[in-house]
Amino acid sequence: MSAQVTETAHGSLGLGVDDLLAMHRTMLTARLIDEAALRQNRMGRAPFVVPVSGHEGCQIGTAWPMRPGIDIWVPYYRDLGVVLVAGMTPEQIFLGLFSKASDPTSGGRQMPSHWSSRGLGIVSHSSPISTQVPHAAGIAYAMKYRNEDGVVASWFGEGATSEGDWHEGLNIASIHRLPVVFICENNEYAISVPQSKQMAVADVASRAEGYGIPGFVVDGNDVLACFRVMKEAHDRARAGEGPTLIECKTYRFLPHTSDDDDKSYRSREEVEERRHHDPIERFATYLVDGGITDRAALQTVHDEVKTQVESAIKAAWDAPDPDPATATRHVFAEDDP
Amino acid sequence: MTEKNLVTAIHDTLHDEMAADDRVVLIGQDVGARGGVFKVSEGFMAEFGEQRVIDAPLAESGIVGVAIGMALHGLLPVAEIEFADFIHPAFDQILSEASRMRYRTNGDWGCPMVIRAPCGGGIHGALYHSQSIEAFYAHIPGVKVVMPSTPADAAGLLHTAIADPDPVLFLEHKKCYRLIKGDVPDVPQPTPIGQADVKREGTDLTVVSYGYELHRCLDAAARLEQDEGIHAEVVDVRSLAPLDTETILVSVRKTARAMVVYEDNRTYGAGAEIAATIAERAMFDLDAPIVRIGGPDIPAMPFAGALEHYYMEPEPDHILVAMRDLAHF
Ligand SMILES: Cc1ncc(C[n+]2csc(CCOP(=O)(O)OP(=O)(O)O)c2C)c(N)n1
Ligand SMILES: [Mg+2]
Repeated sequence: MSAQVTETAHGSLGLGVDDLLAMHRTMLTARLIDEAALRQNRMGRAPFVVPVSGHEGCQIGTAWPMRPGIDIWVPYYRDLGVVLVAGMTPEQIFLGLFSKASDPTSGGRQMPSHWSSRGLGIVSHSSPISTQVPHAAGIAYAMKYRNEDGVVASWFGEGATSEGDWHEGLNIASIHRLPVVFICENNEYAISVPQSKQMAVADVASRAEGYGIPGFVVDGNDVLACFRVMKEAHDRARAGEGPTLIECKTYRFLPHTSDDDDKSYRSREEVEERRHHDPIERFATYLVDGGITDRAALQTVHDEVKTQVESAIKAAWDAPDPDPATATRHVFAEDDP
Repeated sequence: MTEKNLVTAIHDTLHDEMAADDRVVLIGQDVGARGGVFKVSEGFMAEFGEQRVIDAPLAESGIVGVAIGMALHGLLPVAEIEFADFIHPAFDQILSEASRMRYRTNGDWGCPMVIRAPCGGGIHGALYHSQSIEAFYAHIPGVKVVMPSTPADAAGLLHTAIADPDPVLFLEHKKCYRLIKGDVPDVPQPTPIGQADVKREGTDLTVVSYGYELHRCLDAAARLEQDEGIHAEVVDVRSLAPLDTETILVSVRKTARAMVVYEDNRTYGAGAEIAATIAERAMFDLDAPIVRIGGPDIPAMPFAGALEHYYMEPEPDHILVAMRDLAHF
């Protein structure tokens, strides 16, 4: 059972003007951090960047119904937008990018964009693809066992759905009807491998049927459509109705990482065409056309965010590096200071 | 004190831990109605319910991965791998996830969990129900690996493992399950992880071992003492990671002769690490070269009785003979 979600009007979604403007600002923050991070990379100050541009609609849309402090976030490396909604600040993002001692994700131990913050309920993930999916099921099991009201959400790419751990996690979560939402950010490529070589089906969401759970395809560039399908999945999870698989069809505008050359596997025409479906511009148009804001106000937001990002970079760059003497710490709990 | 065999000691300890703390949950194949293929969780489902005694689908990576998630959210999962031979699909979850959750978050998150796995051969288990897997996992920083050889150590180490804030791989030698009996304290006595135990005192040579081989070493030592007056000291490693090098070195410095006996394939096995430690730190205390006895480097272990016997005992009484030779070197 997989269904198409199209409706976008915010009126029926319970979102106020403040929500809409905050969503837009968060999308823009992700985009401007992305662009600034790549500039830092070219300046030789950031060895490794994972771009998000193009994914902001599906990330902010699916992250928005989550309740910080109650729900648990199990993201993957592309989820800059998700962790911003969870409460990470631009300065913290850049502390990670520059692998500083106070990087909240790992104190400079992991590559950038390997998110984590226990305080924010963001679960640490590694580089091996899909290993976080069974963790999401286990956390949801613990929530259900402890009669908590929480929901777990796990994000991943469409390439990730080929891994055994992905299947094992969804299967166990579905057997126990756990409060977890699985969100696929389908950008058509796993590095260079196109979807046609990743799977024989058109929609990842159609796999939901094999687990006996609902699956939905949603336009990932439509932030409100993503919000709606996630809100319903989140409600179902809280009501004890088990997991949902959401597939957001989207596109990555930039190379896979700062080390990738995407010209080798996709044409410039293709990328240019997909930029016409930019989720941020689309949402801005919706806000302006609906009389919620105007272009001048959006420009002000843009300038504010840009200033915020610039001061975050400055503060993070000036922060101290990790002390080499700490490299052997935290292998076991007894090593903790 | 009550006399028990090894598997009963594990059953009873796990039972008491579950009764004492409802954060302890069991997840594995056939652990529910069947009570585990070795009956370690017999009666648990009826007593603790399906929510705490979870019959998992056939997916070892999923079992360990889900247990990691549980550990991250306040539970104390005990994951059972039906046979250690089938743990390999979960290698990535153990290596890349459980073992380095604490390290990679700079101490923010941790994984308090136990993975139990029946291992070892000599039970007609052939290539896929006999393997020794400890070396793969003892090599990983961030995982503790223990293998108790007596019922008391099994009870004490399981108690400690469940309380440990980090992942512990708890290996149970199948041949010891019903063969090895001993007194177990009625009130749990925690056995520290990372502490070896001198199971037999002696002055002429030191034999370092663990698992089922430990009992063969003890048997050989008893016969050598009675028949030939050779006094072998036998050290039970108990914990492969972290390894208690001090207890081993103290014994070796006393006897000046060292031998390591392990069932795993000889090459790159745990005995190699132990022998290297002795060579590095006690070379000038030794009167003879270190002797290393491991299993042959063939996929452990063939099914036919004669072939399996070759794996366990390539020459008649090979452990005793090697001990005698070392004592007379
Ligand atoms: C287990 C594993 N295999 C290979 C890689 C190398 N790798 C990193 S990202 C990636 C592609 C993932 O694609 P997808 O899941 O679609 O996510 P996207 O990057 O497109 O957002 C690959 C193959 C890896 N990190 N882990
Ligand atoms: Mg992709």
